[in-house]
Amino acid sequence: MAGAPPLMSCDPTAFLPCPRALGLYNGRDASFYRYGLSYRPGNRPLPGDILAPMDAIIAVEHLTKRFGNNPPAVDDLTFAVATGSIFAFLGPNGAGKSTTIKMLTTLLRPTAGRVRVAGHDPAADPDAVRRAFGIVFQDPSLDDDLTALENLEFHGILYRVPKIVRRRRIQELLALVELADRKDSFVRDFSGGMKRRLEIARGLLHHPQIIFLDEPTLGLDPQTRNHLWGYVKNLNRDEGVTVFFTTHYMEEADNIAQRIAVIDHGRIVAEGSGQELKDKTGTRSLEAAFLALTGNTIREEAGGAKDRMRQARRMWSGRH
Amino acid sequence: MSMDLNGVYVMWLREVKRFIRSKSRIIGSLGQPLLFLIALGYGLGPVFRKAGQGNYLAFIAPGIIGMSIIFTSIFNGMQVIWDRQFGFLKETMVAPVSRLSILFGRTLGGATVATTQGTLVLVLTIVAGFRPVSLVGVALGLLIMLLMALLFSALGMVIASLLRDMQGFQLIMNFLVMPLFFLSGALFPLDHVPEGLLLVARFDPLSYGVDALRVLLLGHGVFGLAPDVAALSGTIIVFLALGSYFFTRMEV
Repeated sequence: MAGAPPLMSCDPTAFLPCPRALGLYNGRDASFYRYGLSYRPGNRPLPGDILAPMDAIIAVEHLTKRFGNNPPAVDDLTFAVATGSIFAFLGPNGAGKSTTIKMLTTLLRPTAGRVRVAGHDPAADPDAVRRAFGIVFQDPSLDDDLTALENLEFHGILYRVPKIVRRRRIQELLALVELADRKDSFVRDFSGGMKRRLEIARGLLHHPQIIFLDEPTLGLDPQTRNHLWGYVKNLNRDEGVTVFFTTHYMEEADNIAQRIAVIDHGRIVAEGSGQELKDKTGTRSLEAAFLALTGNTIREEAGGAKDRMRQARRMWSGRH
Repeated sequence: MSMDLNGVYVMWLREVKRFIRSKSRIIGSLGQPLLFLIALGYGLGPVFRKAGQGNYLAFIAPGIIGMSIIFTSIFNGMQVIWDRQFGFLKETMVAPVSRLSILFGRTLGGATVATTQGTLVLVLTIVAGFRPVSLVGVALGLLIMLLMALLFSALGMVIASLLRDMQGFQLIMNFLVMPLFFLSGALFPLDHVPEGLLLVARFDPLSYGVDALRVLLLGHGVFGLAPDVAALSGTIIVFLALGSYFFTRMEV
């Protein structure tokens, strides 16, 4: 990637403003709340910055994570996610998706490689990165003993969203996820779909630049899934939020994501639009493309040696 | 690592809100102290008096308050394990506040709850017939209760940072909390016990808490108020340091 312009986080003073900076909240530029105290006018690249496309909000280079002496869970990953895009991160169970998300979201330290999320290194400056993203985890992470409103309020206080902004934002988001009339109910009385919607609202409360959705539709019925992706698309369109998601429902990825990366055994085996992946594998559906790329064997949490050999063969055979 | 007051405040507020809401928990945790007061206070009272040791109910009242504080605080600290299982812990771990402030907020919240619970038990002992020697003693006693609550909430956090799930709960209960309570001199006078037991009690932080309460509520103790407060404060610092070491390194 030599010669490419340096990675910069969304810079409101730049010639081309980022889409979100145009939205004003309470008379202030939204970036004020987004960057908080970490905001550096101009955001000039530092000497250690990674070179990635100008519009990359997430840039990962040679990222590796090893647990003990096991084969690496994440092995030399390099990829970038464009600002304002919807990016799907697909892979069989145990492929390294969650480990990668944990490293991007400051929950795990990489063994090697470099990461930039919204212009910051999650390992070196976790708080700056934490302010920049919202996340919906694979498993619920709400406090069941608090009401929906309290869960949101607590999140807002933790993220230092000023009270006036917080109040308004909570109203907006509750309306968006259609929970406004249930705001004073305890979360323990919510259905799985309602909890997911509330978590999405919470993840967006602090005006993040990126939202990570780790299998957000797992265990939900088709109606709820449909609605949920509807919200996500609208958010991406209206607020310019970059969406980074994982799923096992291939048709969801195909319909929603502009770009898809397929990871297996900790390595990226293919990257492109849904159509590009189908063309590359000569298949008609993304599901068929996914199986062609990652094989038909059922995975245990950690792939065996045989799987890795098979995968190596597939990778090399594609390079003739 | 810095402190973020908003993080401390949110975690404190959460503990307090959950406590106020769980009426059954408040009333339920008064049951055990009441049982101890009646069964031991009234049951063993005559024997204690015959042995020339005075009023047993008055003697164990500070011990029972201590019991309620140690149980409430340690369980509150161990709440972290539930939060890990139900996922809420992750929400706090990716928030842009230091883990130290999360730890302090939770410890303060747990201590607030336990001090309130201890105060309710104090009221209960007064209803049962206990008469503290002075009002000043009661006021200062509340401060001692807060110190004890901070100490054991911090200990609960240390334990929770080391355990992955509730499987170890029985172990902690039977090999840590129960011995801390029973060997502390909460239920018997430490001035006539065998050397070995006294030595053990000297390493038990609850001994100093109960002793300080006895000094303030009854007018006499074994170790003395100043050593008690020093021991409690020192142990709080040690547990908080251990807690922040383990809690900040905890993987979600």
